[in-house]
Amino acid sequence: MGVLGRASGDDLERAWRSLGGKPDYVAVRAPETGMVMVRSRAGGTGAPFCLGEMTVTRCAIETADGRVGVSYLAGRDPRRAEIAAVLDALLQDPARRAALLREMIDPLAARQADARRARRAKVAATKVDFFTMVRGD
Amino acid sequence: MYVAVKGGETAIRNAHALLAEERRGDPAVPELTLEQVKEQMALAVDRVMTEGSLYDRDLAALAVKQACGDLIEAVFLLRAYRTTLPRLAVSEPVDTATMDIRRRVSATYKDLPGGQVLGPTFDYTHRLLDFSLAETGHPQEKPAHGDAAAIPERMPKVVDVLDHEGLIEREIAPPEPAEATDLTRVPLDFPAGRDARLQNLARGDEGFLLALAYSSQRGFGSAHPFAGEIRMGEVAVEIVPEELGFAIEIGDITLTECDMVSQFKGSATESPKFTRGYGLSFGHCERKAMAMALVDRTLRTRELGGEALYPAQDEEFVLSHSDNVEASGFLQHLKLPHYVDFQGELVTVRHLKAEAARRRPEQAEIVP
Repeated sequence: MGVLGRASGDDLERAWRSLGGKPDYVAVRAPETGMVMVRSRAGGTGAPFCLGEMTVTRCAIETADGRVGVSYLAGRDPRRAEIAAVLDALLQDPARRAALLREMIDPLAARQADARRARRAKVAATKVDFFTMVRGD
Repeated sequence: MYVAVKGGETAIRNAHALLAEERRGDPAVPELTLEQVKEQMALAVDRVMTEGSLYDRDLAALAVKQACGDLIEAVFLLRAYRTTLPRLAVSEPVDTATMDIRRRVSATYKDLPGGQVLGPTFDYTHRLLDFSLAETGHPQEKPAHGDAAAIPERMPKVVDVLDHEGLIEREIAPPEPAEATDLTRVPLDFPAGRDARLQNLARGDEGFLLALAYSSQRGFGSAHPFAGEIRMGEVAVEIVPEELGFAIEIGDITLTECDMVSQFKGSATESPKFTRGYGLSFGHCERKAMAMALVDRTLRTRELGGEALYPAQDEEFVLSHSDNVEASGFLQHLKLPHYVDFQGELVTVRHLKAEAARRRPEQAEIVP
């Protein structure tokens, strides 16, 4: 779900289009947008506090063979949530799981890791060494 | 007190149409897209999300556009919108130690594990207007690429360095399940717990917190803090949906975190050590996170055995006035019809003036 949550709407749509053997499914809970209260901890490690909310869209579907897929994705895109819920159901199918991971989830995860690495490389170039000057020089 | 009035519908409709025209500006200039606001006015979007207390870049960008760039109005729009959405879950506390770092600096140690990472910052710019930006499409210098591996996956926290020496107070999580006060559900009450204070400050107006932090630095309160650490980057948000019963990641959000460290001489019950103030914001709101951390510490004056003598130390003063939507609403309600009130006061002042004139007729003549 983390990988699907980070994938853009375009990426998910592309992945969906390339998916063979799309299942028949019905919505158990049609895509619904709401909020999650984001909590953090005082000082990073202390008692929890409420920082603020974020938008989230959830969806639940049931495939014809009775698997229930659930998604909760940051943002307000109902289409993303629906695709993610169907993929969640398919990933529970032992017959399809390995292939789905290999052909769809892993490549998405790899792209996200590449993007992170590229961003981190630019950030790394801003790492500094400060030299303390002797006062009065 | 203001009174209900009727009528004026046409004038109001026309005023709003006029506002819409002014918002659009010169039609010969291309209309601003939300993508442009989101990408190129990112810090305005971040501020609106933080004070609007709703993380959604698209909605915040829309609010900025609709409010013609009036950020407090945009915050109001976002706050109003959030009331239309159901609460689907409460997240697990985010772990800022796992932040995918884009900036991390410390003013307390020159050499620290993980290093000083400037990231995208206004610091060390000369604050000279850059006229190359006055034209669009002017080539900008491309950022350099370093070794991505130089940024650790888990950047060590500066406060942990002091913690190893036992020189700093610890922030220890209470036993689970620990409930946090939620000011969107319960009214603010005094004395406020630190959880309520931190939530209030996180939503609070940046300008107000900046001024309070500044006042304490200048001597109205005794804050001599060090910026132990400021970090900005992406953190995963996890929830445990009821129907699943296990944690799932719903996406990443950008956060800015500040740990302020202040010397503490000790009290009857506490040994001398460094104490902490904490700031956290959505997006990249560094000044806000720093001011929040400083004010969090000044608001802890009483619990650390001190006396709250100054505004920045007075939780009722700070927490009751930090919210710019409430403040703006109360201030701007003065524009509503106060005709009856004012008529009443008019009668009173006329009466008082006549009475004063009766008592001292010679003075009444020189009163304008």
